[in-house]
Amino acid sequence: MADAALRCSGVYKKFRKGELYDSLRDLVPAVTRRLFRRSPPPGGLAEREFWALQDVSFDVRHGEALGIVGSNGAGKSTILKLLSRIMRPTRGAVEVDGRLSALIEVSAGFHPDLTGRENIFLHGAILGMTRAEIKRRFDAIVAFSGLEEFLDTPVKRYSSGMFARLGFSVSAHVEPDVLIVDEVLSVGDYLFQQKCYERMNEVLSSGATVVFVSHNLRAVSTLCSRSLLLERGRVVEIGPTNEILRTYLGRGQDARAQQADKDIRITDVSLGSPADRRVQFPTDSFVDITVEVTARTPHDDMSIVIGIADDNQYPVFDTCTQRLGAGPLSLAAGETLRCTFRVQLRLAQGTYHVNAYVHRYVTQQAYDRWLLATTFFVAGTTAVRGVANLIPSLHRCEKTESPAVPCATTEAAVAD
Amino acid sequence: MSELLGGIIGRRDLLRALAWREIRVKYKQSVMGMLWAILMPAVIVFAGVLVRYGFALVSGSPLRLGDVMSVSVRAVPWAFFVSSIRFGMTSLVGNSTLVTKIYFPREILPLAAVVSQFVDFAIAGALLTIVLAVARVGVSEQLLWVPVLVVLLVLMTAGVALVLAAGSLFFRDVKYLVEVILTFAIFFTPVFYEASMFGRWSSLLMVNPITPLLEGFANVIVRHTPPPAALGYSAAMALLAFFGGLHVFQRVEPYFAESV
Repeated sequence: MADAALRCSGVYKKFRKGELYDSLRDLVPAVTRRLFRRSPPPGGLAEREFWALQDVSFDVRHGEALGIVGSNGAGKSTILKLLSRIMRPTRGAVEVDGRLSALIEVSAGFHPDLTGRENIFLHGAILGMTRAEIKRRFDAIVAFSGLEEFLDTPVKRYSSGMFARLGFSVSAHVEPDVLIVDEVLSVGDYLFQQKCYERMNEVLSSGATVVFVSHNLRAVSTLCSRSLLLERGRVVEIGPTNEILRTYLGRGQDARAQQADKDIRITDVSLGSPADRRVQFPTDSFVDITVEVTARTPHDDMSIVIGIADDNQYPVFDTCTQRLGAGPLSLAAGETLRCTFRVQLRLAQGTYHVNAYVHRYVTQQAYDRWLLATTFFVAGTTAVRGVANLIPSLHRCEKTESPAVPCATTEAAVAD
Repeated sequence: MSELLGGIIGRRDLLRALAWREIRVKYKQSVMGMLWAILMPAVIVFAGVLVRYGFALVSGSPLRLGDVMSVSVRAVPWAFFVSSIRFGMTSLVGNSTLVTKIYFPREILPLAAVVSQFVDFAIAGALLTIVLAVARVGVSEQLLWVPVLVVLLVLMTAGVALVLAAGSLFFRDVKYLVEVILTFAIFFTPVFYEASMFGRWSSLLMVNPITPLLEGFANVIVRHTPPPAALGYSAAMALLAFFGGLHVFQRVEPYFAESV
């Protein structure tokens, strides 16, 4: 435990499906049955039991941020509950060095009848702050939430966004040694989310250790240098976030490999070069998108199309070999074509997906398509919001002498 | 001992915040406000006076003011005991979102319920003091027993609340069972009557560990006599209930989140 802030060693967690005996009436027959039946082998599963986690081991160094990714039901939340001591492992050990705080359900401690002000004190106490600490940070919490006007309104009158914002604001000011974050950064509007990320970065740079669970892979790739991929309760891989996300996102390719009976198929879509397999790129940088197509029977008159869609699957860009000036492409039986497009990522910060298609040159009929072939993240500057990065600069910003324009309006426009 | 109490002491601000929440929520949007604190003891006193009036009619001896005072002095701690058990018992199940989402020493939830009831107890006690003064019950050095009795009452109540809170989390019917027992407990606990009315059977009543406490309150406040000797037994039971209850509670605590 010398340099590890947090360590899981050989952790197993067993759960039961369905109801256990919930009333005393059910308990009596259940206990009697148990007495007369041989107990299951140690570590084995009794009827209706299953392993939510199996042999999970990892550690997180002081000041490090670890991301945990995996599909629904992989066991991510169970790990967090074990780390935060809400549950105890069936086998194995969880060790935490220092004060731990969890941003799991940010407004769980709220009481609807109490006002915002009262709830700040209540929730703060539940999260482990002393009254004096809350008093000291009260103004910062309120300022962060942006709910100054509604402090004396019962929170049951709050909108769900306000509710979550207040919750996050309290939780974000706990200042723990180890912070556990579960999918809470998706609260509030765009502006508030940005604030949350900034706050997370602040927590990280203050030297705290962070364990971060999210389906928002961009957030994971921005915040965490190292990640862990979970699948059905087991650790598949642990390592640099880039590699982990590649493995995670690449699992769709395995499923595709099954349907290998097509006459012409897109067999690979990759970013960068074999030597550089990043998944996150700075805005405005150049990146190569390579599409590999294999034919089983001869094909000609083809073109290859790539498209980029944003996280909501809304298309933001597409291009094809034909429009870029290449003639009809042809492939003989058994031949493979690799076609690399170089694009400049004039995209704002966000998550983007690459779609690839093989079309007939003239009719645009699709031979094969691969949607969501690969995913990448663009790390942007805070100066730009939206999808496109039009690479702005402040060309001019000055007051005019004209008395016709009221001064206040001019200043507000400049400040904006 | 420090192991048992460490969690509570370390998070006393949370205990205070949660108890304060209970009180605040109870008095918010309620018409009666503070009157709630004395409603339950008042109802018990009223019922007690009625019962005593019945006794007086049957036995032919008149109802004395001292009897009414004796009933009142028992009713206030009894009301505290009953409502603490009620609120404490449901404190874990009622806060299941907290139990499954955020870690803190769980014993704070039932204890906060007991503390919030204690505030009502204090309000009712203050009012009762005024009534006793008006009724010219008088003072004596026996009143020094009152703090001892209060501490024992709180320890016993808290211990029982802890065990029942954990029990009702695992088994939902514990709650209904306890409701039935609490409803009828007033018949085998000397609230309306005095244990001495049962003559040589009175020692049987003392088996109920609450009995010596209630008898003690009536003795030292109204009759100016020392509490019954059985108070020693009550004290032992109170300490056992509290520390034993806390121990059991902490043993089963790891299973709360997945069972609630």
